[in-house]
Amino acid sequence: MALIHDALVQLAQLLLMLALAPLLTGYIRKVKAYLLRRQGPPLLQPYRDLLKLLRKEAVLADNASWVFRTAPYLIFATTLIAAALVPTFATGLLFSPAADLIAIVALLGTARFALALAGLDVGTSFGGIGASREMMIASLAEPAMLMIVFTLSLLAGSTQLSSVAVFVQGPTIGLRVSLAMALVALIMVAIAENSRIPVDNPATHLELTMIHEAMILEYSGRHLAVIEVAASLKLLLYFSLIACMFLPWGIASANGDLAAFAIGLVSYVTKLAMGGFLLAVFETATAKMRVFRVSDFLGAALMLGLLATLLLFVSQAA
Amino acid sequence: MALTIVLSCVAVLLGTSALAVAGARSSLTSFFVYGVALAAGACALGAAGAMLVIAPGSAQTAQLPIGLPWLGAHFRLDALAALFLVVINLGSFTSSLYGLGYGRHESSPGRVLPFFPAFLAGMNLVVLADDAFTFLLTWEFMSLTSWALVMAHHRERDNARAGYIYLIMASFGTLALLLTFGLLAGPNGGYAFDAIRATTPSAGLSAAVLTLALIGAGSKAGLVPLHVWLPLAHPAAPSHVSALMSGVMTKVAVYGFVRIVFDLLGPPQWWWGAVVLTLGGISAVLGVLYALMQHDLKRLLAYHTVENIGIIFIGLGLALAFRANDMRAAAALALTAALFHVFNHSVFKSLLFFGAGAVLGATGERDMEHLGGLIHRMPLTAIAFLAGSTAISALPPFNGFVSEWLTFQAILLSPQLPQWLLKFIVPAAGAMLALSAALAAGCFVKAFGATFLGRPRRSVAQNAQETDAWSLAAMFILVLLCLVAGILPGYFIDALAPVTQLLLDARLAPQAQLRWLTIVPIAASRSSYNGLLLFVLVAAAGWLGAYVIHRWASHALRRAAAWDCGFPDARPVTQYTAGSFAQPIRRVFGGFAFRAHEQVYIPPPGQIQPAQFHLSMRDLVWDVLYAPIEGVVNFAADRLNQVQSWTIRAYLTMVFGSVVLLLMVLAVWH
Repeated sequence: MALIHDALVQLAQLLLMLALAPLLTGYIRKVKAYLLRRQGPPLLQPYRDLLKLLRKEAVLADNASWVFRTAPYLIFATTLIAAALVPTFATGLLFSPAADLIAIVALLGTARFALALAGLDVGTSFGGIGASREMMIASLAEPAMLMIVFTLSLLAGSTQLSSVAVFVQGPTIGLRVSLAMALVALIMVAIAENSRIPVDNPATHLELTMIHEAMILEYSGRHLAVIEVAASLKLLLYFSLIACMFLPWGIASANGDLAAFAIGLVSYVTKLAMGGFLLAVFETATAKMRVFRVSDFLGAALMLGLLATLLLFVSQAA
Repeated sequence: MALTIVLSCVAVLLGTSALAVAGARSSLTSFFVYGVALAAGACALGAAGAMLVIAPGSAQTAQLPIGLPWLGAHFRLDALAALFLVVINLGSFTSSLYGLGYGRHESSPGRVLPFFPAFLAGMNLVVLADDAFTFLLTWEFMSLTSWALVMAHHRERDNARAGYIYLIMASFGTLALLLTFGLLAGPNGGYAFDAIRATTPSAGLSAAVLTLALIGAGSKAGLVPLHVWLPLAHPAAPSHVSALMSGVMTKVAVYGFVRIVFDLLGPPQWWWGAVVLTLGGISAVLGVLYALMQHDLKRLLAYHTVENIGIIFIGLGLALAFRANDMRAAAALALTAALFHVFNHSVFKSLLFFGAGAVLGATGERDMEHLGGLIHRMPLTAIAFLAGSTAISALPPFNGFVSEWLTFQAILLSPQLPQWLLKFIVPAAGAMLALSAALAAGCFVKAFGATFLGRPRRSVAQNAQETDAWSLAAMFILVLLCLVAGILPGYFIDALAPVTQLLLDARLAPQAQLRWLTIVPIAASRSSYNGLLLFVLVAAAGWLGAYVIHRWASHALRRAAAWDCGFPDARPVTQYTAGSFAQPIRRVFGGFAFRAHEQVYIPPPGQIQPAQFHLSMRDLVWDVLYAPIEGVVNFAADRLNQVQSWTIRAYLTMVFGSVVLLLMVLAVWH
């Protein structure tokens, strides 16, 4: 019985992620449009785009191999599973013992690996430019992310996301310098990982500035739709991650009742709305930086993460 | 029993080696040699594996009346030796299988076939040796046979230099090991390992032993800064030997280090861990950065060996630090991580070298800038190489991720270490490990992308043919192992428990019985990982997504020319090359690590000369450490060279002077 309950909660969170992801993207676009005093596309436009793409035939380059055709589904699957492992409105997910934070980061790494390979598959210069830059960004963003994971797990004594959330909710936490540094670093990493301004521009098709868009330039139809879903899922994942690790208030425990779940859901959606608004404001207020300045940006994130970890190592005297 | 079987296999291998000398001209010899090596590898693998699983706590000894007359040759098979025997013979089994196909194209079989089984025998014997004399003898035998294999194609460009540097470094390493055992044995000359174990050396002595062991074993393993020979020598050998050298022989070196430091040397000091961790972290990052700069496929793989050896030494260093502070459970975790990575690296590195060998055999090219698009011509090799790339990049659900995950878990236990230096070094090593894992993924996107994806850059790549069935069989056995060790790591971790029990007197809790085959290294509330569940979930989600879309949305597909922002250019030179792929990473890290400097010359408008791009990079390790030594040796040689043209009178004077000097020294001495 408990197993069925847990499985239902897990399934509900997975489907919630899947359903909310395009909405979040649409919401951020809408806020950005308002900030620029435009009307902007309707909130539900991403869903319509996806449905349209799904129904269209896929056009494949002549020399595209099976890597190009399977990569979208692999990217989608790994991102979805990684997202399903992040608590949204309740902790104690059924699949939580399968992968801790380090494994979630690595799952996203698998998705990126597949995407970069797909970018190289057709053998166009844009695919190469995107893949090459993406791997450069990842080479700094991934260690920075792991340092953030280190910081939190050293504090919480666990790399399990649910335990971290429970710990941060608890009374022993207090205000810590390490946590603040980790939060700043995580936001920087999240911006880079999701190809947002100032690292990359999700709306650009200006050739030489593309990173993510350059890798998926050759995709069309259902393949493109699947990749777009994966990209929105990844954005939602990072929002949920920040919400779960740094603002876990309101989140229900695994054996909570329906009321607790409802509170958890409302607080989750509120956090997303606030986060999305902040991101839109930030993106509107900043300019995109040059590609080779990204290393400074992410190097700072890595150093912040390392510093936060070092502080914890030093402060935990035996 | 197991010891007898392995020793018999070694005897058979040595006999085969002798026969191969006699029959080197016959075309059947290749088939015979690899066939026997395959059988011997399988037997020894079975015996060692059975020993590790069935009777891990026991130890078997044997003494053969060869070697020094008063010492004989001692052999001993315990859990540690059994583990490394499994690694060695798994490598020898698969590379013999691969050799059955690959060896048929060998241009000079007479230079390969006699040494191949001898090399295998040498590696087996090192691990079995139970006295210093046998260890050093077999170690040197292993070095020399592998050197002979490196020199198999000695007329090719750069191979002679590679062999020369390898020979110097190998001799230097053996010298360090000789001194190590000399110090360990003490003035009484107790060269049997039992006698060495019984004595506890003083602090100063053990520091010297650690340094020498790091030099001796580290130079063979490819630890920075002693790695310079490795990326030259490993690619020069035939590909299945490259696989053995990179995947297996470096592990024999790790065995040497573990045997000396964990087993023979007695209780460690905490700073040993600091030294080993630092070297490991530097090797991991520098190894992968070097690899990123390569465009020779086999050399890239060889540099990745440096990286992975670094990862293994990070685990070993952590284990030493924990053990010095008597945190035995944590030490067992760190050592398990290191040993699991030993196994994993041997599997995926052999696999990748086999793939590189298949590409080399099909195209005659090792330079990635001349390849491309091979996924269409060699689809099965491409799958195998992709699996190996994913595994070495530490991506789930393959095996490389599990051992790195275990290392991270060990790092997260280390704030309890009391020493301040360790509190700074361990997180830094953790950051280096994370950095190297991320860079490795970039490097293998580059390697796989440039070689197998895109469009062929030369006609050799366009006309390549899929490799033979033997080679494919060898590769796919290893692919399967990569996957199985990644999704069912519990069984492999349990198999390592007797080794940590032997060396540290502690082990991880049994993993295989846990619910749903999850691995829980410390406690369930702390961390757990389930590769099987992840694999099943990802596969199910991917399949379900594809099924739903194809069933209800659309499955129409059309082939057309590439889009490329509306200006597709059919010439393959417009693709990103391996060099251009690595350029952003070189911009970020290369200035610091290699003093990389780019010069771009674009002619002013109106002039028609071509634009020029010049890149200069320096190998700082070579410049700082090796070039001065080379300079001193050359200087001394030049000075001594003048002696050659002396007159006979001058010679006689010198001889007389020397005799007088020696007599005076003797007189002063007494």
